[in-house]
Amino acid sequence: MNPVAYTGRAALSILAEIGAISIFALRGAFAWVSGPFYTREFITAAQRIGFNSLPVVGLTAIFTGAALALNIYDGSARFNAETFLPQILAVSIVRELGPGFAALMVAGRSSSGMAAELGAMRVSDQIDAMSTLAVDPFKYLISPRILATTIMLPFIVLVADIIGILGGWLVAVYALDFEGATYIRNIDAFLTTEDVTSGLVKAGVFGFLISVMGCYYGYKSRGGAQGVGGATRSAVVASAVAILASNYIMTSLFVDF
Amino acid sequence: MTEQPLKISIRGLKKSFGAKEVLSGVDLDLEEGKSLVIIGGSGTGKSVLLKCVLGLITPDNGEIAIDGVNILKLSPFERARKTRQIGMLFQGAALFDSLKVWENVAFRLIYGEGKAHGPSRNAAMDRLAQVGLPPEVGDLSPNELSGGMQKRVALARAIAADPDMLFFDEPTTGLDPITADVINRLIVDRVKAVGATAISITHDMVSARKIADEIAMIHQGRIVWRGPASEIGASGNPYVDQFVNGRAEGPIKMSLKNT
Ligand SMILES: Nc1ncnc2c1ncn2[C@@H]1O[C@H](COP(=O)(O)OP(=O)(O)O)[C@@H](O)[C@H]1O
Ligand SMILES: [Mg+2]
Repeated sequence: MNPVAYTGRAALSILAEIGAISIFALRGAFAWVSGPFYTREFITAAQRIGFNSLPVVGLTAIFTGAALALNIYDGSARFNAETFLPQILAVSIVRELGPGFAALMVAGRSSSGMAAELGAMRVSDQIDAMSTLAVDPFKYLISPRILATTIMLPFIVLVADIIGILGGWLVAVYALDFEGATYIRNIDAFLTTEDVTSGLVKAGVFGFLISVMGCYYGYKSRGGAQGVGGATRSAVVASAVAILASNYIMTSLFVDF
Repeated sequence: MTEQPLKISIRGLKKSFGAKEVLSGVDLDLEEGKSLVIIGGSGTGKSVLLKCVLGLITPDNGEIAIDGVNILKLSPFERARKTRQIGMLFQGAALFDSLKVWENVAFRLIYGEGKAHGPSRNAAMDRLAQVGLPPEVGDLSPNELSGGMQKRVALARAIAADPDMLFFDEPTTGLDPITADVINRLIVDRVKAVGATAISITHDMVSARKIADEIAMIHQGRIVWRGPASEIGASGNPYVDQFVNGRAEGPIKMSLKNT
C-alpha cells in the first residue's frame, strides 16, 4: 500500500478509537447517576485497587526517592547547591514522580486486571447474561470500577509521596550526612499546598484513565482466550500512553510561567 | 383450533459481521405458549438470531415484533423493558463466577429489581429445588459444579423472575445422554409451569423431539423448513433429512473453514 494512504488510514483508525473510548468513558462515568448505585461493587473495587497496589507502589516509591536523592546530590554539587537537595527532591516527588510512578504501577496491575476480568466475562457471555437479567453492565461493572479507581488513586499517591520522600531522607541522612530533622524542616517550609494538590489532581485523572482503558478493552474483547490476552495488553499500553500524555498537558497547565 | 396471538414475529431479519452475512432474511412467527426448536449446523447464526431478539445484537435490517410491537423501532429504554420479559439460558451457562450459586439465581431480584437479600435468597433456594438441586449447592461457587449442574443453575436463574418467554441456547450440548435427558425434562416441565413461550436451539434430535411443539431448520441464514415436531422424520425436505439423519452427503455442504 502507498505509505501516505497507510499513514492516513492508521491516523483515522486511532481517531475513531479515541472517539469510541471517550463515549465509553462518559457512559461509564455517569451511568450510575440514574441509579441504582451498586455500593458493594464500588467498595470491592476500591479495596482491591488500594490493597493490591500499596505494596508495589510503596516499593517503587522508596527506591525512586533513594535514587533521586543520589542524582540530585551529584547534579547540584556541580554548582554547590547540594543543600537544596531536600526541597528539590520533595517538589519532584509530589508534583511529578509520585503520581507518575504510582499511576504506571497501578496501570500495570489494575488496568490489566480489569481488562482480563471483564474480557473473560464478555467471552463467556456473562455480560450479555447480565443484560438479560435486567441489570445494566455499565452500572454494575463499569461505573463502580471507574469511580473507585479515580477516588483511590490520590490516596495511593499520597502514600507514595510520603514513602518517596522517606526514601530520599534515608539516603540523605545515612549516605550523604544530612541532618535528619533539618531535612524535614526544610521540606516543610518550602513545599506549598499547590505542589501537593496538583499531584493529587493528576492522580485522580490518571485513575480515571487507567480504569477507563481497563474497562474499555475488557468490555470490547472478542474471540476467546486470545482476545482476552490482547485486551489486557492494549489496556496497559493505552493506560501508559494516556498517563504520560495527560501528565504533560496537566503539568503545562499547572506550571504558570 | 383457534388462532393464538403471535408472541414473536420476525420479518426479513438480516445481520452481517464485516463482509460475512450471518442472517440473510429470517422470517419466523411463534404463537403464545408454543415451544419452538431451531435446528441447524454450527455457525449458521442460531445464537445471533436469539441475541437479536434479546436486544444484545442490533440487526442490520428487518423487523422483530414482540406482542405485536416492533422492538427495533423502540427507544433503548423501552426496548429493554420489552426484552426483559425473556429469560435466557446461554450456550455455556454464563454463570457469574465471582458470585455464589444462590446469588446467581437471585441476581435479577437483588440487583435488577432491588429486592432485599433475605427473601431473594429464599426465592433462589426454591428455584434451585425446582431444578432438582439441594440448598447446599446454593452456597457453592459455580466453578465447583459439573456441566450439568451449571446448566440447572442457569435454568433456575433464567426462570427466577417468571418470564413469559424463555430461550435456551444448546442446553444439552456437551452433556452425557442421561444428564441431557434430565435437562430436557426440566425444560419441558418449567416451560409448562411458567406458561412461557419458548425457543430452544439444539443440534441434538433427541432433545428437539422432546422439547418441541414445532421445529424450524435454519441454513445459510434463512429458515428452510418449519413444521410440527411429529413431522420432522417425514418432512420431505432434503436439508432436514440430511440433518436429522446426520449424513455428510446432501445439499448441506460443510466447508471446513466455517465450522
Ligand atoms: N459479535 C460477533 N462479532 C463477529 N462475528 C460474530 C459475532 N457473533 C457471532 N459471529 C459470527 O457469526 C456466525 C454465527 O454465529 P452463531 O450464531 O454463534 O452460530 P451458531 O449457529 O453456532 O449459534 C459465526 O461465524 C460467528 O463467528
Ligand atoms: Mg450458538
